Amino acid sequence: MLNKYPAWKNILILIVVILGFLYSLPNLYPDDPALQISHELTELSQGDMPVITSALEAAEVDFFGEEIDTESIRIRLNTLDDQLRAKTAIEDALGESYIVALNLAPTTPGWLQAIGAGKMNLGLDLQGGVHFLMEVDMDAAIIRRMEDNLSNVRTILREQRIRSRGLNLMSNSHLEVRFANDEDRSQARSEMVTIFPELQMQSREAEGVFILDMRMTPATALQIQTDTLQANRTTLLNRVDTLGVSEPTVQQQGSDRIVVELPGMQDPAQAIRILQRIATLEIHLESELGASSLSYETYDYEGIPVNVDNSVVLQGDSISNAVYQLDQNSQPSVVLSLDAQGGNQMNRATRDNVGRRMDILLIETKSRTITSINEDGEEVEDIEFYEEKELIMHATIQQALGRQFSITGLTPREASDLAPLIRSGSLAAPMTIVEQSVIGPSMGQENLDQGLLGVQVASGLVVLFMLFYYRTFGMAANAALIMNILMIVAVMSSIIPATLTLPGIVGIVLTVGMAVDANVLIFTRIREELGAGAPPQQAIDAGYNRAFTTIIDANLTTFLVAAVLYTIGTGPVRGFAITLMIGIITSMFTAIIGTRAIVNLIYGGKSGKTLSIGSYRKNIKQDDLNIAAGK
Amino acid sequence: MGVRKIAGIGSIVLIIVSIVSLAFNSLEFGLDFTSGTSVRLSYSEAVVVADVNQTLRENGYEDAVVVTFGSDRDIRILLPVDETVAVGEQAAQAVIVGESIAGMLQSSSGSEITLLGSDYVSAKVGGELVESGGIGMLVALAIIMVYIAMRFQFKFSVGAVVALAHDLIITLGIFSLFRIEFNLNTLAALLAIIGYSLNDTIVVSDRIRENFRRLRKGTPLEMVNISLNQTLSRTLITSLTTLLVLFSILFIGGESTQGFAVALIIGVVIGTYSSIYIASNVILYMNVTREDLMLPVKEGAELDDIP
Repeated sequence: MLNKYPAWKNILILIVVILGFLYSLPNLYPDDPALQISHELTELSQGDMPVITSALEAAEVDFFGEEIDTESIRIRLNTLDDQLRAKTAIEDALGESYIVALNLAPTTPGWLQAIGAGKMNLGLDLQGGVHFLMEVDMDAAIIRRMEDNLSNVRTILREQRIRSRGLNLMSNSHLEVRFANDEDRSQARSEMVTIFPELQMQSREAEGVFILDMRMTPATALQIQTDTLQANRTTLLNRVDTLGVSEPTVQQQGSDRIVVELPGMQDPAQAIRILQRIATLEIHLESELGASSLSYETYDYEGIPVNVDNSVVLQGDSISNAVYQLDQNSQPSVVLSLDAQGGNQMNRATRDNVGRRMDILLIETKSRTITSINEDGEEVEDIEFYEEKELIMHATIQQALGRQFSITGLTPREASDLAPLIRSGSLAAPMTIVEQSVIGPSMGQENLDQGLLGVQVASGLVVLFMLFYYRTFGMAANAALIMNILMIVAVMSSIIPATLTLPGIVGIVLTVGMAVDANVLIFTRIREELGAGAPPQQAIDAGYNRAFTTIIDANLTTFLVAAVLYTIGTGPVRGFAITLMIGIITSMFTAIIGTRAIVNLIYGGKSGKTLSIGSYRKNIKQDDLNIAAGK
Repeated sequence: MGVRKIAGIGSIVLIIVSIVSLAFNSLEFGLDFTSGTSVRLSYSEAVVVADVNQTLRENGYEDAVVVTFGSDRDIRILLPVDETVAVGEQAAQAVIVGESIAGMLQSSSGSEITLLGSDYVSAKVGGELVESGGIGMLVALAIIMVYIAMRFQFKFSVGAVVALAHDLIITLGIFSLFRIEFNLNTLAALLAIIGYSLNDTIVVSDRIRENFRRLRKGTPLEMVNISLNQTLSRTLITSLTTLLVLFSILFIGGESTQGFAVALIIGVVIGTYSSIYIASNVILYMNVTREDLMLPVKEGAELDDIP
């Protein structure tokens, strides 16, 4: 029968609407101000609670809903003001090594969380927060790789018993090896050409010395840049996680920059402290007896001085994972996994040094606040970074090691601290913060309130207009419009974890304006058909069918534009593009299928009824219209 | 046809004015693009931007950019970043600069001036991003052209893209002419205008295609006219609902979305106009014919059946 949807189609639409409603529901529950307390190294437990509780009681701050998991403790507070006072109180009570981060805790009911419904993430402009742009020191990454190469070349020459007259790093991508004669040089060259595909080799002579120039290829340099950026981004993500910020953004920007956005965070100094914390491992060999005192440094290991050779066997960035485990003797250990190249390096270094001792250094970059007096006689606080090196393992190499080996001889506590520190710790290259800005929470709230009011008023006006202009059909369009907004919110809250920004809100508002376009197209078509004398049922059917291709064409091109914008854009452009894309898809569903279902329910299958679609021009010339030309 | 010619000439004049203004006046780039210090001031009476500019120039702030925001009594002065100051001290520096500028302008103008705030703002977009944005626009245009050429015909691609370029250039021209700040939000608005204008153009093109295929007689000009008339009410209603939305953002949405709303309002008005007059004009100018739009084999077979 004409204009009747089969039951399954109506049910499907109903299900979509219900899902849309359910998944947008969490946005109605406001977050509680909360504090997230964690420690740089250790896991937190119930035992830490009394200190916190008594600190809060002393400061007369009410709190509730404390949650403890292995990594952090979260407590909820009543007001934003309480949150700030509680933070100071807890920080004073716990001391510097604890991290107390301002946070927002969701109040979504359990059953909604159980079906995976969550809130929409708000961008910095709507919530306030800290924004950093960090620049990665690419030269450092490249020179580090060349230093690795240098020490590998040295090892190979020694293994192959090729005599060289010295190795030098000439620039950050240029390594020079000098030989006494041509035979040595060509032997070395043929040895190394397969081992170092990333180096371009060139022979030259100068002042009777035979020189082999090894230069990093531009492709390799580019690869290192890409890898370094990616590695740093991952590390930053891990670190940001310890801050307990609800929805951090860590995004690559350009070829050497990373954007970090921490919504809800109000204390840039603390964020810097965490972001710039650097912990990495270096694996060295113990210095040989009688070596020059310039070639080693002395560290303390369990009270005994140990001379550690300066050349690095392996850098921390080769470590792909670190896990705490009990070994076969039930002794605590940290199992380190290396990447392929690291495994080879490790194997090469250890197989020739069985019986010698291997040393692992933990290098931590820490920050401290120093107070100084400036020229105006005021006290100023500054953050200073310093490196702390600690010898954490000094053990005899029993056999050649490969891609996996363990650090033993640790106490259980040490071992369980070390694993996460190494995992989150190594930065492939140092980074500097090139810009930072803080957006206050009140400004964010203001933006949000005004944006939402804008959406409400705009939707209200459009709804009134449609109702006035298209009567019953307008009502169907309005229902579709509301459904559409619900679906956009639902999709952004739960399915695609998109962040809502101010341009995003405008994107939604714009979708509201443009989403009715599909209905306008359909309804004007129906009016035309009616004007040309088509009976109501046919007019509805023809209207929907004829408008369909137009709607698809128009929406698909706009979607293509939005997709391109999303791919190339950053920040607000992306925020806008994503809402536009979601809006196009949902609006096509609601405006075509949704309104049709409503119209079918009202008019479907009944004959001889007039349509309440507003006034239209009667007796349209047949020739003007395509209706007669239809097949 | 008269109106068509007038519209064409009008558009060409507007485009020339826009390009000239962009060339000489440039755009007032916001601090999203050029990190620096933002000083917000409120005057007790209407501000003459030229006077403020002159005072700033005379006092050594040659690169200061003055824009109005909210009302004609509030201005924002954007100063490029002072490279000699360390990043960590920029915020403190901004406060000092703000106070000195407020004092300076106070003494040179008779008006009462309140310092609303002065902040260090860091650029959100580097040069490379502007570049990749530009490339992205070109890619988007290319994809659109290919799609339209596939679905319609190449002449329609040209029509749509000319209409798009027309809208973007004139909107940018208006921004430049009236010295409205150009920031990331307005950039996003420009991108939205692409979508909107395209939407409109496609709807009209769709009708033209349909009419060419279904109506037996009539010149291309008549076809285009019939199509425009048939889609006119839809074009106007959609523009109206979109404008309703945009005006409510303009008046309610707050300061941060005003630039966005203004850009879109300009874009929607021009986009509506261009989809009626420009795209179809270009298509006609390129001598669109019935054959251009015939469905290849299928349609031919059907024609054979008709005696």
